Amino acid sequence: MKASLRTTVSFVVIVAALVLLWEGYKALGQATGGVWPGTSMNLPVRTNERSMPHVWDIVGSLFAPARRGGEDILLVILVRAALWTWRSALIGFVVGSFVGFGLGVLFVRSLLAERGLMPYVVASQAVPVLAIAPIVVVWSGRLAFPNWVPIAVISAYLAFYPVAINTLRGLRSPEATSMELMRSYAASPGQVLWKLQIPASLPYLFPALKISASASVIGAIVGELPAGFPQGLGRAILSFASSFSSAPEKLFASVLVSAMLGLFFVGLISLIERWTVPAAMRLREDPAMKFVPPPATVTA
Amino acid sequence: MRDRMRKAGPAAVLFVAALALWEALVRAFEIQGFILPAPSAIAEAFVAEWPVLRVAAIGTFGSALAGLAVGVVLAVAVGMAAARWRGVREGVMPLAIAANSTPIVVLAPVAIAWFGLLSPWGTISVVAILVFFPIMINLVRGLLSAPSSHLELMQSYATTRRQVLLKLQVPTSLPYLFSAFKVAAALSLIGAIVKEYFGGSQDRLGQYITRKAGLFQFEEAWSAIVLASAFGVFLFVLIGLVERRVMPWHISVRSRQ
Amino acid sequence: MTALDLRGVGMIFNEGASNEVTALQNIDVVIEPGEFVSLIGPSGCGKSTLLRLVGDLLKPTSGEISVNGKEPARARLDRDYGMVFQSATLLDWRTVLDNVALPLEIMDIPRHEREETAREMLELVQLGGFADHHPYELSGGMQQRVAIARALSFRPSLLLMDEPFGALDEMTRERMQMELLSIWRETQTTVVFVTHSIPEAVFLSTRVVVMSPRPGRVSELIDVDLAQPRVFETREEPGFYEMLTRLRESLRKVDES
Repeated sequence: MKASLRTTVSFVVIVAALVLLWEGYKALGQATGGVWPGTSMNLPVRTNERSMPHVWDIVGSLFAPARRGGEDILLVILVRAALWTWRSALIGFVVGSFVGFGLGVLFVRSLLAERGLMPYVVASQAVPVLAIAPIVVVWSGRLAFPNWVPIAVISAYLAFYPVAINTLRGLRSPEATSMELMRSYAASPGQVLWKLQIPASLPYLFPALKISASASVIGAIVGELPAGFPQGLGRAILSFASSFSSAPEKLFASVLVSAMLGLFFVGLISLIERWTVPAAMRLREDPAMKFVPPPATVTA
Repeated sequence: MRDRMRKAGPAAVLFVAALALWEALVRAFEIQGFILPAPSAIAEAFVAEWPVLRVAAIGTFGSALAGLAVGVVLAVAVGMAAARWRGVREGVMPLAIAANSTPIVVLAPVAIAWFGLLSPWGTISVVAILVFFPIMINLVRGLLSAPSSHLELMQSYATTRRQVLLKLQVPTSLPYLFSAFKVAAALSLIGAIVKEYFGGSQDRLGQYITRKAGLFQFEEAWSAIVLASAFGVFLFVLIGLVERRVMPWHISVRSRQ
Repeated sequence: MTALDLRGVGMIFNEGASNEVTALQNIDVVIEPGEFVSLIGPSGCGKSTLLRLVGDLLKPTSGEISVNGKEPARARLDRDYGMVFQSATLLDWRTVLDNVALPLEIMDIPRHEREETAREMLELVQLGGFADHHPYELSGGMQQRVAIARALSFRPSLLLMDEPFGALDEMTRERMQMELLSIWRETQTTVVFVTHSIPEAVFLSTRVVVMSPRPGRVSELIDVDLAQPRVFETREEPGFYEMLTRLRESLRKVDES
């Protein structure tokens, strides 16, 4: 309880600091006429209302009608768009995770498959897959697919890799003696997999699922961009970007909602992890949080 | 040599087989170019378009690398500070971890609005922010991953903080840093290309791909995609080679050989 | 001047908090130069903590410690002691030679001089041929010998050893014990040696400090008056068995109290 309170407090402090930084920079620019104080060097970003609207204006725009005389406030429109995008992301995430998990199981069972496919699994991440997004438009336009299908495919592509790698690592994590114990029971490979390897891989699986969740959101938003499907977040960002000069706060508001979608999805996976993996088994891989400070400076 | 062939063999065989199958399928079923052009058609387009592609690629890869460089410098500066001061760490790390799970690339239109449509800083800033978080997070984790027994050892020698940093923490962080670099290299290309979708100079790969796809010239669009992919793999391999030179002692490098 | 003087030393972790633990209470021990003293006791008796207090890796919550007549912090700054841990704590990225030279490097000794010294130390632990190897190419016993060479490299007057042979197999362990004794005789170093092995304590020590747990206290000081130098046959002498029995009984009393 104490720890979670501390996290909440520090989070609020950070958000407040960011708001202060934004507004402070803006105030500085307004006061000096857009140059560094005491110099004639321009600040990197203009601080007028058009480039950097006030934070309260951005938040306020979320609760104002999106169009003049429109019924819905911007927040409702953006959340609706986010949900539409999330559907593709979620489908891509689920498909990608299953593919990744399947590859992990395949690799742990077959050395040949690992040698043949692993280089491509690794190379797949060096490839800027989002470059094919413009072609996706055509796929969904010319073929009879519903338009979320190709987006889900891009999401799945981005999502499968972390799951594949960590599943393999998790399946290999039981100690040699545990594997020997299973052998001594004459367990079948399937039994070894279900009773030992898969349970052992769970702690490795969830960190990967979190990465995949945020990757699938990125895939869905960017996948929609060139397609301009009217329902999604990508489209909203695009259209608010084109009306930036008249209503900049709407673009910032949609960026904010995109960030929330990513955080929401990752948070959801964390919750599921909390329900499924006992605390003692969860990987605490973050040395940054349990670090013993290095020895004090010596002035001898 | 034979050992090497046994390890790389299955992957190489698969590569050739996949290319051949792809070509055969496209020809046999007369698959239309908008679904997937044949590899031979892409290769032809690549050769024909090379002068244009070359210019676009130099522009895109150049700004991706520039953004990567800026991002690395910033990430190292902030990461060092976060590793050194607990207060900075507690402020920065939760924010960075949260930011890392958001689609940062949607900042591209903001960058265009701030820096102007044609300014190189538009792309550079998007790429820099995109690569900043994974590198910074991994650097902090790496710098702080030195085992406590090693820290005690250093303490027993009455070392200065600087010595602990240079002789223990920096080498310990290298494996973390290299895996971050590999992620960041791919991210830098993604960032640059996605930013180019939103607009900017016409002589860029992102604009080229959108334009060609819009004109239904799919062989050309694919040739640009293949070029970008090849550069991504090249960066990845390059970082792997440097890693092997810099830390031959590390288990991840040793087990690869 | 005494090598080590502990008076009324106590150590409480998390003082005042709900998880407060009294690790050590009222420890009085005096060790003369050239002694080989083992600390033995069941786990939780604070023997490793005591070693860390002497090495100024922890600060006592009560009592006085003097090392060579100085405060422990001063002694650490003067590099009066070398420390060896249960794990070899070698730096993976350094060669064996560079690992041994690490403390000299931290003391800014010129390169040729520290390499010369490091080579001498490697000869001393019979690893002269492995200077250019990396730690991962060495067995556990060899790694621990490198750690000992490293601790001796700057010729400290005091050697603090925390179960250094705990992870080694019995045969390697006996060989390492012989080696350590010959180094001790040759270098005239004072050794404080933490162990949980009764035969090890008897074979190595001139004196054994028996400790009892919760809270950690000194329950008995036992002089081991077996003839010096100890040789392979020492372990077969009746006197050796008598000492084993004496120590075992003392430890049983500790366990029952």
